[in-house]
Amino acid sequence: MDQRVASLHESLTGRSQLRVPGWLPGGLSLLVISLILFASLSALFFNAQLASLTTTLFDPYLLRVLRFTLWQASLSTLLSVLLAIPVARALARRTTFRGRSVLLLLLGLPVATPVIVVIFGIVEIYGNNGTLNHLIRLFGFSFQVNLYGLTGILIAHLFFNMPLAVRMLLPAWNQIPDESWRLASQLGMKSGSLFKLIEWPVLRRVLPGSAGIIFLLCFASFAIVLVLGGGPRATTIEVAIYQALRFDFEPSKAALLALIQLVICTLTVALLHHWLRALPLSSGLATTSQNRPDLNQPGSRLIDFGIILVATTFVALPLLALLRAGLTGPVLSVISDQSLWSAALNSLMIAIAAAGIAFSLGMALLTTSRYLRFHRKQPNRSELLELSGSLTLVVPPMVIATGLFSLLLPFGFVFDWGLVLVAMINGLMVLPYVIRLVGPALLANGEHYHHLCSELGIRGWHQFKLIDWPIIRHPAAFSMGLCATLSFGDLGVVALFGTHDAMTLPLLLYHRIGAYQFEAASVTALILALLCLVVFRVIDLLIGGRRALH
Amino acid sequence: MNPPQFKSKRTVFITSLLWLLTLLTPPLTVADAKPTLTIYTYESFVSKWGPGPLVEKAFEAECSCDLRFIGLEDGAALLSRLKLEGERTSADIVLGLDTSLTKEALETGLFAPHKMNIPELGLSLPWDDAYFLPYDYGHFAIIYDTQRLNNPPHSMKALIENDEGGKLIIQDPRTSTPGLGLLLWVKSVFGTTAPQAWEKLAPRILTVTKGWSEAYGLFLKGEAPMVLSYTTSPAYHMIAEESDRYQAADFAEGHYAQIEVAGKIVNRPQSKLADDFLAFMVSPRFQDLIPTTNWMFPAGRTEKPLPEAFNKLVRPVRTLHFTPNEVTTHRKEWINEWLHSMSR
Amino acid sequence: MPFIELEALCYQREDWQLKAAFSLERGECLAVIGPSGAGKSTLLSLIAGFERLISGSIRINGRDYTTAEPADRPVTSLFQEHNLFAHLSVKKNVGLGRHPGLRLNQKDHLAIDQALEAVGLSGYHHRLPESLSGGERQRVALARCLCREHPLMLLDEPFAALDPALRSEMRGLIHQLIKSHDLTVIMVSHHPDEAAEIASSGIFLHQGELKAKGVMSDLLNNPQLPLLRAYLGVS
Repeated sequence: MDQRVASLHESLTGRSQLRVPGWLPGGLSLLVISLILFASLSALFFNAQLASLTTTLFDPYLLRVLRFTLWQASLSTLLSVLLAIPVARALARRTTFRGRSVLLLLLGLPVATPVIVVIFGIVEIYGNNGTLNHLIRLFGFSFQVNLYGLTGILIAHLFFNMPLAVRMLLPAWNQIPDESWRLASQLGMKSGSLFKLIEWPVLRRVLPGSAGIIFLLCFASFAIVLVLGGGPRATTIEVAIYQALRFDFEPSKAALLALIQLVICTLTVALLHHWLRALPLSSGLATTSQNRPDLNQPGSRLIDFGIILVATTFVALPLLALLRAGLTGPVLSVISDQSLWSAALNSLMIAIAAAGIAFSLGMALLTTSRYLRFHRKQPNRSELLELSGSLTLVVPPMVIATGLFSLLLPFGFVFDWGLVLVAMINGLMVLPYVIRLVGPALLANGEHYHHLCSELGIRGWHQFKLIDWPIIRHPAAFSMGLCATLSFGDLGVVALFGTHDAMTLPLLLYHRIGAYQFEAASVTALILALLCLVVFRVIDLLIGGRRALH
Repeated sequence: MNPPQFKSKRTVFITSLLWLLTLLTPPLTVADAKPTLTIYTYESFVSKWGPGPLVEKAFEAECSCDLRFIGLEDGAALLSRLKLEGERTSADIVLGLDTSLTKEALETGLFAPHKMNIPELGLSLPWDDAYFLPYDYGHFAIIYDTQRLNNPPHSMKALIENDEGGKLIIQDPRTSTPGLGLLLWVKSVFGTTAPQAWEKLAPRILTVTKGWSEAYGLFLKGEAPMVLSYTTSPAYHMIAEESDRYQAADFAEGHYAQIEVAGKIVNRPQSKLADDFLAFMVSPRFQDLIPTTNWMFPAGRTEKPLPEAFNKLVRPVRTLHFTPNEVTTHRKEWINEWLHSMSR
Repeated sequence: MPFIELEALCYQREDWQLKAAFSLERGECLAVIGPSGAGKSTLLSLIAGFERLISGSIRINGRDYTTAEPADRPVTSLFQEHNLFAHLSVKKNVGLGRHPGLRLNQKDHLAIDQALEAVGLSGYHHRLPESLSGGERQRVALARCLCREHPLMLLDEPFAALDPALRSEMRGLIHQLIKSHDLTVIMVSHHPDEAAEIASSGIFLHQGELKAKGVMSDLLNNPQLPLLRAYLGVS
């Protein structure tokens, strides 16, 4: 008998694969991220004298800017998330109506659309000369909606982030076990108590992460705040960073400002996490049948579709303006332009590479975060690790790019590797989405199965392939689709590294505008948006399988 | 146990990753017989619709060299790139700085004198800079929509003092060249009372944008009847769209000039080639391309007459201009002044 | 030499402590009883290796496993819930007991079939857990335990959620498997009476301490310890 045990033991360990310590993937990932972030920041510090730094810190103007940045970011986040909850809930309740998947696809679009295009779209609807004001005048009213100011900032941030929040919150409903719904119907719960007792606890789990991302996005928002904010009163730290790097050329000041931004955002997000501490998942075989008792409550149908309609209209209007502007432009001459398609191909490759980089880094971070939480019982470190992956959002790409550039300069391959660098920086920028979207599912998996996995020795690649992938497949596909479209539409760092052959689609769009070709530019913008949708859908289908889009 | 299928899938995955990386990586410099002349410039110069491609073709036809343009965001980006790279720069020539940046550019010590005989160049503006040569220039102007503004302002003073004069979109002097241009323009008209002028103007400014693109786009969408741009902007609408709807307002005090220049980097192997390029730049072969590709006035001698539309443009009664020295000395102070007045 | 020797186990989590020491002969079936929070599940987690000891040692079959990884211990567990991967078929769930990456050879397939047969689920190979009843799910998990051919089985109230009739059926099954597969079993139970049906000996835990150990029938029928009496509800 003893021999049997021993031999079995040996045969098992003999068949088991190379053991990677649980901290390694996340550790490596963290190393890469912090190397890039801090190497670039310190490169900038190193680049200039530290004399002006203290004056920067105690500049009253900076304090005012900081206050405004915090104010607008908090307000934008609050509104986006608060409004996203009813929309997500309506979509979670109505799972079968026609056009739902198209609608969800549409919700992924705003965040991937280049900022300047969105600004034009919003102005066409809500601007002084926009549709809304025309309608108001048509009906004989004398007042006018004034976009420029906090209103404009909020509308634009809502347009970008409310749909994003909806898409990030929606999967939470899938985590509600069927038993809960059954129990609720037995107890005769009404819609209100369902929300309070069943949905809110699950939502609380994903809220901090989603709100965190949106806060960071709004905090770092720059062109929008400047244009729609109506003047230098509405300024974010990003403007100051841009100015420091570009006009004043004080890299150390830019790095310091970036650092300030980093610290403030870290604190805010950490506070947010603390405040909305994640609750443990309820157990049970989660199903998606959504057998909830309030589906046929009187009026609920009306309310749900009302909410969906309003939200859709809000998101669709600027996009429709974009569509109209695109279709009335010189469509034929734009699409017959060879350079459009080669630029699209370049953009596509950057997008795929960025999504791949983000996914690899994100998975590594999350795997280790899960290891820390369940095997080492260190939930704080686990959260900290996840947070580290979100911070790339607040270090402006320009700072990273400039820092990396000055680091890599001595090696002399900046130009040749331009696109690789762009893909890498883009990958870092979209990493937070992977973490937010895939994280909850992976953690839930860990919560259910970590004992089983460790006893059966399922780890590493096997665990990924057999246990995790089937569960995270849908959110992974969605996050990779989002990552790809985000970097597909991102002008960001391409222009910074300097290009000679490396034309991308957003860059081409800017070239058109720079050459006064606003009409051709709107066609290009439309094509860019359509290609974003295609890229998103294809990735979602390829990776997520036919049942994608939740 | 047979070769497990997972392994092969993994191999496929890794192979495709490598394949992607190779696609993204251009071949590490192919040794070329021809010498390469690298020019840093701004994006819109190298764009398909800018002068870049034509210039490249024309110059390569006579130099038997390879002309490589590196496009950066704008003039300010050019300077900061140079500062970042220092002596490691791979630029032979920097093309696209304007005179508000040349002083700072010179201070990097990276530029070599052009050694050209200025009087013989036939420049259309007075010039005595030993390091930088102008290739085009333009004047900032308030462009207005004739369908919405019957009564355009005829002076900077009128623009500022007429409370009913319609809204204006401008660019931020902290982030854009035209924005800085307007700041200097107002400064050169009002001097020490510029802050008051800005305070008076502030309520009429619809918004301040990051760059020219946003501002001009909003203007074309009808958000405001006026925008800050160049006197040459109407030429585009006249030539490409056959429309004279958008016109520049002619200001009695004169217009602030933007002069775009190029300079040669010191101690580079292709020094001779760089000299050839600068000579080519001020020659008619280059200058003739400027009006309808860069939408500016050529700074040097041309052979072709200017397009008809250019003759209809506003010709400023006076050209306002600070020396590069003055701009460099006061820029920060003036921007702070502007910020202060605008944030009131 | 006893089959399992737990020497001066000590475990601490925040201000809660578990201390225990006992040994077990091969083929024995031990019931762990005690009120909630006594540390019954933690004890199993320590033996399985999910939790780390502060001090003490765990020897199984003469080898020291105190610091071994869970997968390297000759131990197999049946939990209260989440015993099956919801997205994997019955066969794959069982197969994971043979190879953590499901690289299965002829022998493995045979073992899976036999194990499923032993728990009375032949022909369920391709079903998904969600289509099974609670009892069937636990039997699939049991089949996987058998497949692993580990001599020590830990049962953490795996039948708590089942009907009384089913529970009794499962106990019968376990009893039979202990005999046929020569298993040593440690089981946590909230139902001392039921546990007694298969467990020959038992231990009583209270607030992290092992308070009593003995033959199961003695413990239940003739409790000496006041704490145990209070727990069992005998006056």
